[in-house]
Amino acid sequence: MKTNTTNFIVTIVLAIILSLFLPWWSIMTAALASALFVPLKRAAVFFVPFLAILLFWAVYSFILSSGNDYTLAKRIAVLLPLGGNPFILMLATGIVGGLAAGIAAIFGKQLSLALKKS
Amino acid sequence: MKYFKLILSFLLTIGLFFALNTKFRAIPPIGKFLNPYSGVWQNETDESTTGEITIPGLTDKVTVHYDAQLIPHIFAQNDLDLYRAQGYLTAKHRLWQMEFQTYASAGRLSEIIGEGALNYDRQERRRGMVFGAEQTLKKISEDKETTAIAQAYADGVNSYIDQLDPKDYPVEYKLLDYKPESWSPKKTALLLMYMTKMLAGGDEDMENTNALRLFGKERFDLLFPDFFDNTEPIIPKETDWSFVDVPQTPKPTSQILLDSITETIDKPNPDNGSNNWAISGEKSYSGHPILANDPHLGLNLPCIWYVMQLSTPTHNSFGATLPGAIAVISGFNQHIAWGETNATRDVIDWYKIEFNEDRTKYKFDDQWKDITVRVEEIKIKGKPSYKDSVLYTHHGPVMYDKNFKSDKELAGYAMQWTGHIPGNGQRTFLELNKAKNYNDYTNALKYWVAPAQNFVFASTEGDIALWIQGMFPNKWEDQGKFVMDGSKSENDWQSFIPQQFNAHTKNPERGFVSSANQHPVDEAYPYFVYNDGYETYRNRVINDFFSSKDKFSIQDFKDLHNNNYNLKAAELMPYMLETMDISSLNSEEKAIYDEAKAWRYNNDINEVGPSIWRQWYGKLYNMVWDEFDIEDTALDAPYTYQTIYLLKNKGDDAFMDIVETPETETAKDLFLLAFKKAAKRLIEIKAEEGDYTWVNYKGTYAGHLLQALPAFSRFDIPIGGDRNIVNATSENHGPSWRMIVEMTSPPTAIGIYPGGQSGNPGSKYYDNFIDDWAAGKYYSLNFMQTNEATDAMIGTQILTPSN
Repeated sequence: MKTNTTNFIVTIVLAIILSLFLPWWSIMTAALASALFVPLKRAAVFFVPFLAILLFWAVYSFILSSGNDYTLAKRIAVLLPLGGNPFILMLATGIVGGLAAGIAAIFGKQLSLALKKS
Repeated sequence: MKYFKLILSFLLTIGLFFALNTKFRAIPPIGKFLNPYSGVWQNETDESTTGEITIPGLTDKVTVHYDAQLIPHIFAQNDLDLYRAQGYLTAKHRLWQMEFQTYASAGRLSEIIGEGALNYDRQERRRGMVFGAEQTLKKISEDKETTAIAQAYADGVNSYIDQLDPKDYPVEYKLLDYKPESWSPKKTALLLMYMTKMLAGGDEDMENTNALRLFGKERFDLLFPDFFDNTEPIIPKETDWSFVDVPQTPKPTSQILLDSITETIDKPNPDNGSNNWAISGEKSYSGHPILANDPHLGLNLPCIWYVMQLSTPTHNSFGATLPGAIAVISGFNQHIAWGETNATRDVIDWYKIEFNEDRTKYKFDDQWKDITVRVEEIKIKGKPSYKDSVLYTHHGPVMYDKNFKSDKELAGYAMQWTGHIPGNGQRTFLELNKAKNYNDYTNALKYWVAPAQNFVFASTEGDIALWIQGMFPNKWEDQGKFVMDGSKSENDWQSFIPQQFNAHTKNPERGFVSSANQHPVDEAYPYFVYNDGYETYRNRVINDFFSSKDKFSIQDFKDLHNNNYNLKAAELMPYMLETMDISSLNSEEKAIYDEAKAWRYNNDINEVGPSIWRQWYGKLYNMVWDEFDIEDTALDAPYTYQTIYLLKNKGDDAFMDIVETPETETAKDLFLLAFKKAAKRLIEIKAEEGDYTWVNYKGTYAGHLLQALPAFSRFDIPIGGDRNIVNATSENHGPSWRMIVEMTSPPTAIGIYPGGQSGNPGSKYYDNFIDDWAAGKYYSLNFMQTNEATDAMIGTQILTPSN
């Protein structure tokens, strides 16, 4: 459980730091790196970074959007289309980021296994 | 095997990366688009209205005050700083729009949206849009002052672009996954071409030629007379033209070509038009002249207009600007006010071209002249470029040939257009912005070539005037009504009407000037002018209004802008209601008939009459002109005015008959047939939508420039009016900037437009004017006389030089 928490925190911290230098896929790099250095087991390999980035992106977008009365989020939630609900858009944003992070983390896990074996 | 999972997870990761980083058709690159630190969430911002911004190239400090409407009031020390600041601030609020419009103008949309735009792009290239912009630029370059200003404006735009990080790009760039490119004076020229196409890009030569061939001269003249029986021209009828001493070009003897043309290029919206008027001091409640303008254009978001105050110690102007063009276009300064409506003259003519065998030369009198080839390279997103060779003659570009909308191997149709004549129209606006009186105004107009406009004028000195300005070919009788033989020099445009003989009026006796895209003059004008789709209703309502009493107030002006009287319906519907045989109507139809009878011909939002009229007249019009519905033949049915005239005066004409029925119908029969069809549709609408009140029937909307993306558009705007009504608001078209200026010293003005100052859909200033605009309200325009922020200002920004 403790590793799960550690991985969770490391993923978010790395994601925030890397986002300063890298485009959106910095979260994939962050999840990959944390999977290498804080290895997890079974489903947690995917779900811990998934939840970490989901939380990060959803909260960050909430902070940006709430300061502006969700003006744009409401419109983008029509565009995508998510019924015009800005909170569903935040969740969708989180899921997209989480998915990218989770998949990258699986690759990181496989990479760490391969490195260990060789 | 042991690496299987590794490879699989690797491929999955890479695959997902590409899936989220790539645009698929209309779906943006979703990872790039949604991530909170560089995606669309970064556009969820309020407007910055304070602080200091460093702008390279400024020579002095520039102060910008923003008022509650986010209108910037710019105080600069000199012209170059002023227009650099205009470029910077316009880009700050409208970057995507100003660039997108120039892409559309230059036939470059395929670069952004892919192959789907290729046909559009080819059409614009063949129309000579880029060629025309290059001609404009060439002309501007002869004028050092305008060149320097155009460069300062471009540099200002670029200073803004250079400050942007990809996360700051307007949301449309993120959606379409591309980035802004540098601005240049050429883009300003392209924007002017965009307006020229919008306002002077239409003609009916090919359609007229087909109609003449099909119906013969006598019938053609009945359907398309040069003047209607009732003309209320822009320049008052009693004007004395004896000062004109250059005659009209004599008519050559050549025969009309009766070619058959199947398809023509896109035409601008025929509703593009406007109202403007000014009353003299004597007619004004306060003794000061009052001027108004409302250009009718497509209702888009961001709006085509962006309002600014532009001032230096030597001049101070305020009004609507066009993002991409320099200075105020419709507005006022401390001394004068001006505004435009479209002059709608026939300034496009088509010439049939006969090529030699390898299409390198074309026939002209007894010789073969060389063709110039202009290769247009159209870049396409995700595909190799498309190259189109456009052949140029001395007339202009060959639009239709075997490569485009035609199958003629060795013939084509070339376009002669005033839009291709080199002109420095930008100078006109720079001069108007600092003009002090009537003489300055007329001098400014001399630079204006196209699109021809009716420039209304009023001054604090008490003058009012209206000039119809543009470069007009001095045509022989009927020249350019039909396609001409391009191999005969006698068919060329022989000369232009000398500028001083362009129709105009100054301080006319009747005490007002007005224009609403109607006929510029009556038959007394010494040059050939014929009906080219001129307005026949708004003009009469406006002129009747100003003849109805002695004094007019600002409230009268507002009422007239918002006037919903449907003169068109009032001229036909009572006649239809009276003459139609109603004995066969069922109870539902009778109820609609009674509703129609109760209507007082105002297109107000809660009326049902306007919807009945639209349905009824629409069905009727198609029945009358069923002869014009011919496959593979480009044809335009006659105008409404003549249609109504024929229905009322020649009800048994052969055109009234519906060709495909065995019976011979008359106008009276058509009234009933059309009414029954309309009633059926109205009952359906009622079942589907609950009712057919005008507001619901019309469903006015302001659509985002990008194919009216619903997310960025505004629907069901509650406003009355319609085309041919002074409040010319139809579904997606209407008064795009309403301005009223009273010529006090300094002038007092009000104005509004259907949009908002910010182009960012995430800003509360994106569409905040729309409700007030629909309600007929105005904002008082705070014409600041000194660089001192008042309470009305919400913020002040200082633009400072970089060193």
